[in-house]
Formats: sequence, C-alpha cells, structure tokens
Amino acid sequence: MMIALRALVRKDLRLFFADRRAVIMSFVAPIVIASFFGYIFGGSQTQETSKIAVLMVDQDASPISTAIFADLQANKSLDVKGSGLDAARESVRKGNAALAVIIPKDFGAEAGRAFFRPEKKPEIAVFYDPSHSAEQQMVQGVLTGSVMQVVSKEMFSGATGESVVKESLAAVDQSAGLDAGDKRSLHDLLQSVEQWNQRARATGATGGGGLSGGVRMPYEVREEAITARTGVQYNGYAHSFGGMSVQFILFVGIDVGIGLLLQRQRGLWKRLRAAPLSRGLLLGSRAISAAITSMLVLLVVFGFARVVFGVKIEGSMAGFIGVCLAFSFMTASFGLLVAALGKTPEATRGLSILVTLIMVMLGGAWVPAFLFPQWLQTVTMFVPTRWAMDGLDAMTWRGLGFSAAIQPIGALLLSTVIFGVLAVSRFRWDAEG
Amino acid sequence: MIEVKDLRKNYGTNVAVGGISFQIERGETIGLLGPNGAGKTTTVAIISGLLRPDSGEVLIEGRAISGDSDPLKHKIGLVPQDLALYDELSAHDNLSFFGALYRLDGPALARAAAAALDLVGLTDKAKEKVGTFSGGMKRRLNLAAALMHDPDILLLDEPTVGVDPQSRNAIFDNLETLKKRGKTLLYTTHYMEEAERLCDRVVIIDHGKVIANDTLHGVYRLIPAANMLLFDLDNAEGMSLDELRGLPSVRSADVTGNNLRVGVGNLSTDAPAVLQWLQSNGRAYSHVVSERPDLETVFLNLTGRKLRDS
Repeated sequence: MMIALRALVRKDLRLFFADRRAVIMSFVAPIVIASFFGYIFGGSQTQETSKIAVLMVDQDASPISTAIFADLQANKSLDVKGSGLDAARESVRKGNAALAVIIPKDFGAEAGRAFFRPEKKPEIAVFYDPSHSAEQQMVQGVLTGSVMQVVSKEMFSGATGESVVKESLAAVDQSAGLDAGDKRSLHDLLQSVEQWNQRARATGATGGGGLSGGVRMPYEVREEAITARTGVQYNGYAHSFGGMSVQFILFVGIDVGIGLLLQRQRGLWKRLRAAPLSRGLLLGSRAISAAITSMLVLLVVFGFARVVFGVKIEGSMAGFIGVCLAFSFMTASFGLLVAALGKTPEATRGLSILVTLIMVMLGGAWVPAFLFPQWLQTVTMFVPTRWAMDGLDAMTWRGLGFSAAIQPIGALLLSTVIFGVLAVSRFRWDAEG
Repeated sequence: MIEVKDLRKNYGTNVAVGGISFQIERGETIGLLGPNGAGKTTTVAIISGLLRPDSGEVLIEGRAISGDSDPLKHKIGLVPQDLALYDELSAHDNLSFFGALYRLDGPALARAAAAALDLVGLTDKAKEKVGTFSGGMKRRLNLAAALMHDPDILLLDEPTVGVDPQSRNAIFDNLETLKKRGKTLLYTTHYMEEAERLCDRVVIIDHGKVIANDTLHGVYRLIPAANMLLFDLDNAEGMSLDELRGLPSVRSADVTGNNLRVGVGNLSTDAPAVLQWLQSNGRAYSHVVSERPDLETVFLNLTGRKLRDS
C-alpha cells in the first residue's frame, strides 16, 4: 500500500510543480499581493505614512486665521497648502485634495466675540471629497482643537482679544436685558480678563503660563500599540501575508478538486479505479499531496515575509505550525468537496473561485473582520478562514501562546471533518461506462 | 478464464446492458462488437470492476471481484478508450506511476517499464513528455500502461480510435505478440476487419443484448451475402440489376456510378457465374476485388436494421 500511496502523492506533487501557472499562483502571487497590502496598511511602521492633502482658503488674514493656518501646517498628519476659493473647490472635485477649509473674512473678530457673548458664531466652511469621509472627520477634529487654542490664546493675551474684551465689557454694562446678578458676574469676569491682559503686557509675558497659551486639551494622550511584547512593533506584513496565504492556499484546494475532475474527464480515473486500490487510498493520497502543497506554500510565503519584511512568529511556534497544518488539512478536504460536488472542470472552477473569495473576504483576509457589522462578525465564526486568520494573527504579531491556537486548530479540524464527510458521501465513485 | 453471466445495468430508464452472457477461455481473443451505445464500454467497465452491475456477475477464474482493492484486479489490464496518460510526465514516468499502483517497485518496476516501452516501440522516447507525442504514440503508450503489471487478461476498449493506419498496424502487431504470449484479450471495436485480424471469436451486441456469439466464419455463415465482389465497370449505364439479382448465386447487387457491388454466398462457386453474366452482357471491367462484409452489413443481416450512430 505504501508503494502506491507514495507514487500517488509524488505524482500529484510532480504535476503541481510541472504546472508553471499553478506554481506562480501559489507562491509568487501571494507574496506580491501581500507585500503590496502590507505596505499600504502600515507595513513595519518604519516608513513615513502619507499625509492628508488639505487646502486652506484664508479670506480673513487676521492674526487668528494666520495662527490657525500655521498650527494646521505644523500637524505631521496633514499637508496644508494655501489656495483661492475657486481653485480649492476645483482641486477637491478633481480629487487632488481631500478637503479644503475656508476661513471667512472677519472670522477672528467674530470668533472672539462669540467666545464671550452669545452672538452668532462665524462659520468655517469645509469642502470635502465624499470618498474621503474618514479623513474629513479627522481633519475636523484637528481643526476644532486648533481654533479653540488659537482663539482662546488671542482672547487672553493678544491685541484682538484686548479690544474684544473692552468691547464686550461695554456691551455688558450697557445691556438692559441682563439680570443684575448676571450682569455683575459677567462684568467682573471680563474686567478680570482685561486686568490679566494688562499685567501680562506690562511684564512682557506672552506665553509664560496660565491661559496665555490659550485653552488647551486638559489631557495628554500616550499611545502604546499592544503587540507581542513591549518594544516589539506591529508589523502589518504579518496580517497581509497570513491573509494572502489563506487565499492562495484555498486556490490550491480548488486545483485539487479540478485535478480530480480532469482525471475523470481524461479517463485517468478509470485507470486508477481499475487498479487494486481502496477508495481511502485514492482520496487520501490526494488529500495528503494537497496538504503538503499547502504547507509548502505557507512555509515559503512566511519565509519570504520573515527574510524581507522581518515578520516573526512572536507567539508559539508549535501553535503556528499547528494552525498551518490544520488549515492545510482543511484545504485538502475542501478540494475533495469541490471534486465531489463539481460536474465539469470548467463549470466548477468559476463557482469554486467565487465561494473561495467569499470565504476569504468573510475570514478577514482582505480587511479585518472587526470592521464588519456585529451580525456579520457572528456569521464569520462559522467560516473556517476566519479561524485560520485569527490563528495566524495570534501566533505571529499578537505573540500569543499555544493555548490561543487551540480554538482555531479545533475549528479548522472540525471544518476538515465536515468537508471530508460531505465529500466522501457525495463523491461519484463509479467510472462511467 | 472470464465468465460473464446475465449482466444488467440501467441508467435511469436507459438500459445500457440488458442481460449479457458470454465466456472467454484462457488465451482466447474475443472481439466485442457493436455500434456506438450498444453497451460495449459499460460491459468492459463492469468486467474490470469500475462499475457494479444492477444484477448478474463476472467471474475471473471462477471468482468475482469482491472490492476496490481485491488482488484479483492484478490479473486485469485495462486499456481505456480515452488516452489515460499524464501529458506533463515522460513516457517512462507514466509507466512507472501506473506500475507502482500494482505494488511494483525498484528494479522490478524499472524492468517492467523497459519491457513495456520495448514492446510498443517507444524506448527511444522514454524520457520525452507525453504531451509532445503524436496520437499514435499515445495510443501505444496507453496500451503499454496496461501491461506494466503483466496481467493475464487485457481489456481493450477501442484501442485504435483516431490513429493513423501505420500506428494501427503497430498496435495490432503488439496485440498479436501478446496473444502469442498466451494473454486473454477482450477487444471492443466496430470494425469487422479488426476483429477478423485479431479475434478467435466475436460477440456482437446491440441495445445491451448479445445478438451473435460465434467465430467470424460462423457469423458470416449466418449472412446470405458472406462475400462481396466489387467491380470497377467501364460503363454501368443501362445495366439490368434485376436480371443480375435474379441469378441463383447472387444475394444482392447495387450500382453507384460505375462501381458494382455484388453479394454472393460462396466465393469459389458463385463468383464465376457473376463474371460470366457480366461478360455475356458486354460489361467490361478494369478492376475486381472481393471483401468480407463490414459490420454494417452483418448488423443489417442479423437485425434487419441499419447501424445506429448513437
């Protein structure tokens, strides 16, 4: 039995490596695509990330608007350039800029007044490219912080602030509609600000402390990416190489199924069935060769990622190998299922590629599964590729121990059994007469 | 050696084999003849263990194949109608692979591959990929693949389909060699001349049933016009076919252009009467040959129907 098994497996592997298209699709394609995805999704975080292109239309040209412009330009996430109104609108329309911020005339003075009095607030218009809505929200947050800081600073220490405070104090004193108690309190507040400004000007302090720096965020953010260990940076290539390995190994599974259908079509199945070989040996040998091919693809693809992009198995090596093996077995039984359900190679190929791409998509190989709606995330728990991705992520960049691999391995082996039982029960054993 | 007993196989309402029985003795070569769709391939598939019959049985040396891995299968070599070979592998590697399926390994496997390649005359092509072979070479290798484990019985399902006359002759030579070595051959075809060259006996089937099981001479005896005389006449215009058909020795007569085709029972006693009639009617001819009736003629005589295409 071993002679026949060895011959069957060796023949499958030789046929696989004789097919240049299959080799390129299995080894080169995942490396190329994973490299691309890894790069654009952050890579190893050593390269400079792309900045958001923002145009600034300053129709005010006041100290406040100028300071906002400068503050935005200093932000390392933004690429801020000045522009005219019409040019800005055209640039956003053409997609040359993600958005444009228009600071209207008299913005500085009106914002100062609105700071102390319930008057109409000036408007900052934002033109944005609808395909960049995420960037629009981010820039709007940065803009809010910048405007608050610049306007408050100017109100408590700048020339515009002094005149606005004087103007506001006079307006409060002359106001007839205000409650006496409120009027007194507001008067005291504005007078205190005026005295603050006078003292600051007398001592020459412009940014020494207190509110002279403007209203600032009352907290600092300390960012820490939680990866395998302290000091180990997240490597985006780990996820992309895992995802593309999963996708292209499933294509290997399809080739296994199509190969069996082609054998049937070419009469080879008759010759194999005429030999004194059990059904278990015939299908088992195919499953073994598919599992070996899948393991080879995983090892080559991750080997490339290790050497070129520094992707490491930060977690359990045994867990990583376990997930790879379980996924390889799952791929093999998936291939047998393709052969069992398929009629002709031509018709089966298109349908099985569609099923594979859906499995890969739901598994989170293209975009992380946490971006899916909650109900869809629940559904993906029944998709084996989701477990393969979770297992590979856990053993690579998350750096988790073997215990974190047990559930993915179990789920993948369960899928192997389900696909295998379905395949064997639906397989057409008779070679047609 | 092989005993086929009342085999029946249906595909839905379609009867592929409807109760076929025949026997093949050791060393005998049997032609299984019939039109397309008669049930030849299904019968071969059942004998080789590829298909299970709905009823009936096949005994090989008194025993039925009992399972997929029954060692009894070692006695059978199947040459499928399809070119069941891996184009991506060399001729030698194809043979080595098929030999290994029958537990051949090491020097025994190498010897078997060399012998099979030698028999079919492909030794010098051993290292070349099968994808580069001509149709005739592939057919020969298709035969060689079935010989790797030195089976006693060869089941040949139309092994000369689509090959040129030269390759067909080469395959016949190979089969005659195997016959001399004492192999038992079951050969399906729809060409009477192939059966005539190779077979000791023919089993003619139609609609899944045996309609004749005899030696070729025995089959020809069942046909009134067991021999055909073909004349190239100088001029067939105005010839009275009814008068020719009225001769006691003539079974049939037809003219196409200047080609006259006359069916007779016994060549040696009936042919002179035809020649004399042509001479007395002033019908000169430039060429005359005699030939056996083809399957079309045999079939028509046995069933009263023309051969179906499907």
